[in-house]
Amino acid sequence: MATVAAAVPVPRAARGAPLLLAALALALAAAAPLYLSQTPLNLLGQFLALAILAIGLDLIWGYAGILSLGQGVFFGIGGYLMAMYLKMQGLQPGQLPDFMTWSGVTSLPLVWHPFESFPLTLLLVFTLPALFAYAFGALVFRSRIRGVYFSIMTQALAVAVSTLFVDQQQLTGGSSGLTGFQSILGHSFYANATQIAFYEVTVVVLAAVFAVAWYLTRSHFGVLLRAVRDGENRLRFFGYNPTVFKAFVFALAGLCAGLAGALYVPQNGIIAPGMLGVVPSIEMVIWVAVGGRGTIVGALIGALVVSYAKYYLSSAYPDFWLFLVGTLFVVVVLFFPRGLMGLAELAGRALRRRGPPSET
Amino acid sequence: MDAAAAVSQLFNGLSTASILLMMALGLAVIFGLMGVINMAHGELMTLGAYMAYSCQLLFAHLAPAAGGWSYLLALPLSFAVSALLGWAIEVALVRHLYGRPLETLLATWGLSLILQQSFREVFGSNNVFVSTPGALTGGVAIGSSIQLPYVRLFILALAALALVGVFLFLYRTRNGLMIRSVMQNRPMAASCGINTRRIDALTFAFGSGLAGLAGCALALIGSVGPTTGQNYIVDSFMVVVLGGVGQLLGTVVGAFSIGEAHALIEYFTSSTAAKVAVFTLIILFLQARPAGLFPSVSRALD
Amino acid sequence: MTRPGESILEVSDLVVEFDGFRALDRLSFVLYANVLTVVIGPNGAGKTTFLDVITGRTRAHGGSVRFLGRDITELADYRIARLGMARKFQAPTVFPDLSVRDNLRVAAAPVKGLWSALRGRLTPATRAAIDEALAVTGLGALAARPAAALSHGQRQWLEIGMALATQPRLLLLDEPIAGMTGEEVDRTAELLQEIARRRSVLVIEHDMSFVRRIAQRVCVFHQGRQLVEGSFERISADERVREVYLGVEAS
Repeated sequence: MATVAAAVPVPRAARGAPLLLAALALALAAAAPLYLSQTPLNLLGQFLALAILAIGLDLIWGYAGILSLGQGVFFGIGGYLMAMYLKMQGLQPGQLPDFMTWSGVTSLPLVWHPFESFPLTLLLVFTLPALFAYAFGALVFRSRIRGVYFSIMTQALAVAVSTLFVDQQQLTGGSSGLTGFQSILGHSFYANATQIAFYEVTVVVLAAVFAVAWYLTRSHFGVLLRAVRDGENRLRFFGYNPTVFKAFVFALAGLCAGLAGALYVPQNGIIAPGMLGVVPSIEMVIWVAVGGRGTIVGALIGALVVSYAKYYLSSAYPDFWLFLVGTLFVVVVLFFPRGLMGLAELAGRALRRRGPPSET
Repeated sequence: MDAAAAVSQLFNGLSTASILLMMALGLAVIFGLMGVINMAHGELMTLGAYMAYSCQLLFAHLAPAAGGWSYLLALPLSFAVSALLGWAIEVALVRHLYGRPLETLLATWGLSLILQQSFREVFGSNNVFVSTPGALTGGVAIGSSIQLPYVRLFILALAALALVGVFLFLYRTRNGLMIRSVMQNRPMAASCGINTRRIDALTFAFGSGLAGLAGCALALIGSVGPTTGQNYIVDSFMVVVLGGVGQLLGTVVGAFSIGEAHALIEYFTSSTAAKVAVFTLIILFLQARPAGLFPSVSRALD
Repeated sequence: MTRPGESILEVSDLVVEFDGFRALDRLSFVLYANVLTVVIGPNGAGKTTFLDVITGRTRAHGGSVRFLGRDITELADYRIARLGMARKFQAPTVFPDLSVRDNLRVAAAPVKGLWSALRGRLTPATRAAIDEALAVTGLGALAARPAAALSHGQRQWLEIGMALATQPRLLLLDEPIAGMTGEEVDRTAELLQEIARRRSVLVIEHDMSFVRRIAQRVCVFHQGRQLVEGSFERISADERVREVYLGVEAS
């Protein structure tokens, strides 16, 4: 459907419009500390971090047709990596993170050692979720598991990893997760300036991820992703190995999710296994579905809108929220398969038809 | 290693496998016919379990003296109620998403959330218990240290009965013949005058009923809560993946492999480790046999 | 008209079994370069299975396949395609969501790896291959249309065009004229003959008048083996062929 729309000639002036709009949105977002107080700014920062994940999810689901119900896993890995670093901050030499002392650990476990270093933490944030996603994707895609089979495999992954994180209490803090961060790079964690810095970094990363996704989906690579979605077996007979393409884009989505987790945790102040299990993973899918998949912009908008709705509604009416999410899934899938972006397009077309004929 | 404890553990694994089998049979028949996964399948199971609980409450209220018989009513009722709900799901939701399996998965997931919350509203968020019927208390003693509880023997028998039922239904009835013909070639079956919509709804209802029955069995060996079924949906689909689609034998072997592997690994380590290990083993197994234990040959390209 | 040139594909003692049924029963077969060969045979003779095996879609249980002097029996399907073997399937399998031009570009790209896709540069040679395929198939005016908007016959051509755009050494076509109108069949016949001047072509076909028109060499498959091969005239005069094939078809 997207191709049909793309084939319609666009007036020259309108072509630059998306770029202009993006620049405007970026400026508006970057300047938010000037007009938002700390609490809403912090919330917006969290939502923008989630939008990074949503863009990755749109790459795999909207373009390559790979529906992952396990993005929470990669989000969680990124989040835990950052949280482990934050836990190591401000400790006296030889002192252990609080939860370890409570569970009777006497010396720092080996896997915790890298997190004494910020550069090493960053390196891990950028590589570990992506590599894990690549390995999982390559193994599963190689055995030609796809469609709903793959979706269920990712859900099983979410079950396995989240129970593992609960189980390894002495390493992960168990079901209560990691929290109680004190400082980062010598700055007080809860200082206004620190939180603004977290926010600005999030905006920059989101902008970069958005730009890369925008480029990729409009390049020949994007064409091949859609070809993978519509007939990966046919692609084989033209000499392509779809496994490589799928594993790569899945790794890319894993990278996005990992970055999102690493940026979300410092602004949210906690990471726990409950945030990377089955239910949160599938809520991530609803962000993209509501926004409109296969558009990148829709994923961003969907993540912001649904996250805000959840924030607002789940604290006011916690029972109602589950009903709402469930209904949202059913209604969006049945009646608005193209989400908010589809609705916007319909509205735009209706307006143009009503308006005076602008051309000769 | 204590041999008696190991035997008991393996025997317990058999009842997990039996419940998995009943779940997976329903899932496999629906998936084989329509290519869709009903993510609310777990909630249909929960519904079956709550039916057992409801019957118990009903008898306790109306006929306390006959309380031990409530489970006898629960068995057919759990099948019927879940089948009815499954039929409604097919007609109201699944049918409109025909040919879009990923969308069906999402929509039925939404439905499962709604159902979970509904269970919470009706039955409360705490787990409830179904007491063991008098006739099933106790067990068969083998030697001095091994006891096979009647409850678990009963579940095993129920699963065997369900398997035979599915086999007879698919291979010995007119409806079963139609289901198999639609499974193999939908357009051809339709042009032969088979009402494929009716067959879809029928199959969906039948598979859902099996989930209800599985829930009823589960209520005998564990507590029941709003999210009980959710823990089973992934495992039962793993059975389908492992066994190969559209193969009854594959589903049976898959269910017992997963159930027993889980029980064995759990015996030596922990429940969590077993979960992770079984999942890893499945992925590794699929490297060698991508189409599962019993692949079906197909000529279609995509 | 059979012109024994250099052999391009050699198949020996190929065996494929499905559930105990022998789809290919020690099939041996040679294909010569730059000859248009047609394989015929009754249903179940093993024609499509044969294509499946040489393209790497189905694994042989015995025997070997050599393509351009190289043993490809165990090679992955996409690697075989990269060696220069293109296949057009029975049902049109274009990418419906992509434009005609993008479909051709997917096929024409000289390097099919991830990195070149990410760089996404369109070389003059690739552009030329795309334009040539557009010209040969007559789809130039529809280049920007999504493939889903094409008619059935146009889709068949697009797929032939895609197979051609890969610059194959060997082109395999499974029932290329199924569902085409008379006029479209004429054009396809011309197109195939044109292609066969420079490339090896293997066609599976049921339509005898079409086979008579295009075949330079005909091979008859029966029960998973090659029964007889030769010119169309020789085949149609052969008693055994009449018995197993033409007799069945005529009734």
